[in-house]
Amino acid sequence: MAEAAIAGPAPRTAPQSLWVVPPLLVLAVLFLYPLALIARASLGEEAPSFAAFEQVLKSGQFIDGLYHTVVIAISATAGCLVLGFILALVIAFVPFPGARLASRLIDTVIALPTFLVTLAFTFIYGSAGIINETLMHVLGLELPPINFLYSQWGVILAEVTVYTPFVMRPLLATFSLIDQAQIEVASSLGARPARIVRRIILPAALPALVAGGSLCLLLTVNEFGIVLFIGAKDVITLPLLIYSKAIQEFDYTTACVIAVVNVVLSLGLYTLYRIVVAHFGGKSAGVV
Amino acid sequence: MLVWSKSGRIATWAVAVPLFLLIYGLPIGVIVLASVSGQWNDILPTKLTLAHYSDAFRADSFDALKGSLVTGVVASGAALVCGTWAALALRKMKPVPRRILDLFFFIPSAVPSVSIGLGLLVAFSQPPLLLNGTKMIVLIAHFVLISAFTYGNVTAGLSRLPIDCEQVAESLGARPFYRLRRVTLPLLAPYLIAAFSLSFALSMGELGATVMVYPPGWVTLPVRIFSLSDRGAIFDAATMATILGAATLLVLIGLSRISTKAMVR
Repeated sequence: MAEAAIAGPAPRTAPQSLWVVPPLLVLAVLFLYPLALIARASLGEEAPSFAAFEQVLKSGQFIDGLYHTVVIAISATAGCLVLGFILALVIAFVPFPGARLASRLIDTVIALPTFLVTLAFTFIYGSAGIINETLMHVLGLELPPINFLYSQWGVILAEVTVYTPFVMRPLLATFSLIDQAQIEVASSLGARPARIVRRIILPAALPALVAGGSLCLLLTVNEFGIVLFIGAKDVITLPLLIYSKAIQEFDYTTACVIAVVNVVLSLGLYTLYRIVVAHFGGKSAGVV
Repeated sequence: MLVWSKSGRIATWAVAVPLFLLIYGLPIGVIVLASVSGQWNDILPTKLTLAHYSDAFRADSFDALKGSLVTGVVASGAALVCGTWAALALRKMKPVPRRILDLFFFIPSAVPSVSIGLGLLVAFSQPPLLLNGTKMIVLIAHFVLISAFTYGNVTAGLSRLPIDCEQVAESLGARPFYRLRRVTLPLLAPYLIAAFSLSFALSMGELGATVMVYPPGWVTLPVRIFSLSDRGAIFDAATMATILGAATLLVLIGLSRISTKAMVR
C-alpha cells in the first residue's frame, strides 16, 4: 500500500518531462551533432591528434585573425557603450520632438541585417562616396581624402552603428525606472548636469551598460556580414577566416580548428553575459 | 528634465539630433537613393531611374527574393513549433533540470553563424544524412540559428501568462490537450506572433551560415546582395537591400498589428 502511494505520482510526472525529448532530439541532430563533427574534424582525419591544432594556432594568418577579431570587438563595444549612453541619455532626459520616433527607429535597426549599413557606407564614405566627392569639390583635390572605410576602422564604425541599439534598449528601459523627481531635486539644489549624470544616472545605468556591453562583445566577435562586405584584404577576423578556408580553399581541417577556437571564445563570452545578467537581474537591466 | 535652460537644451539637441540622423538616418537614406539612381558620379545622383526595380523582379534577383521569403516562412514556422513545444515542456519541469535545458535551448544563439554553417556542411556531406547541395540544408541552418530566439520569446511570453485561467480550466475538468488548444495557446498568441516575426526578420537577413551551405539553385537575398555588390553592381545591390529592408519591416509591422489586436481581445 505504502509502495503504491510512493509509486503513484511517478507515472504522472515521468511522461510529463518526456515531452521535452522531441525538441531536444531535433536540436541534438541539427546543432550538437554538427558541432561535435567540427571538433572531431579539427583533430585530423585518422587517429585524433593535435597536429593540425598546433600548426594552425602557430600560423601567422590565425594569429592575425584572432588579433583583428579581439581588437575590432573591443573597440566596437567601447564605441557602442559611449554612443549608446549619450544617445539614450538625450532621448530619456532631454527629450526632443521626435524622440519617440527615434527610439522606434532604433528598434527597427535591430531587426535589419547588419551588412546593409556597410553597403550604405560605400555610398557615404567610399572613395566615390558623398563625403569624398564633396571634399574633392570644395577643396579642389585630385584624390579622395578620406580612406578609412576599407580598413579596420571602417569595420569598427559599421559595427558601432549596428550594435549601439543593443546598448540603448536596456539603457532606455533602466532610465524609464529612474525617479525623475530625484533628478529635479538634485538640479534644484544646484547640481550641474555632469554631476547628476555621474552621481545618479551612471550608477543606476551600470547593470544595463555591463549587460549591453557583454552582449555587444559577443555579437561583434561573431560578426561576419560587415567584415565580408567591407572586403578589406588586411582585415580578416576569425569568422571570415573560417569562410575563406572552407569555401575558397576547401581546407576543412584548418577551418574546423579555427571554428573550435571561435566557438569556445563565443561560448566563454556568452557565459560571461549570462553571469552578468543573472548577477544584476535580467529584468531590471531590461535585456532579453 | 536634465538640462533646464532653454539654450542648454537647444545646444544639446543641436549636437544629438544631427548625430542621430548622421548615424541612422543617412545610411537608410543613401541606400534608398542609390536604389533609384541611374548615374552617380557627382555628390548626388545625376540621373534617377526605376530600372533597378524592374530588374529586381526578374530572373536571378526575383528567385533570390522568393528563396528568402520561402526560407524565412518555413524556417520560422518550424522554429515556432519547436520553440513553443520546448517552452511548454520545460514549464512543468523541476528547477534544476529546467535551468540546464533552458541554457541548452539558448546556446545556438551564442555560436557564430559561420561555424554553424561549417558544422552542417561537414555533418551533412557524409552518411547517414546526405543533405549537402539541397535546399533543405539552408532551411536547417536558418532553423538552428533562429530557434533560440523563438524559444526565448515564447518562454518570456509564458512567464507573463495569467496562471489562473489555466487553473480554472483544469479545475473545471478540461483535459490537458483541450486546455492547451483552447486556453494556453490563444493566450500565448501575441507572443507567438512576435516570436515568428522576429525569427522571420532574422532569417531574411541571415548571411553567415547561408554562404557556407547554399546550393547553386537556392540563393537568398543577402547572398544575392553580396554577389551583386562584390561584382560592382552596387545600385542593383542597393535596390535589393531596399526591398529586403522594406519586406522585413512590412512583415514586422503587419504582424505587430495583428498581435496588438490579439492582445486587446
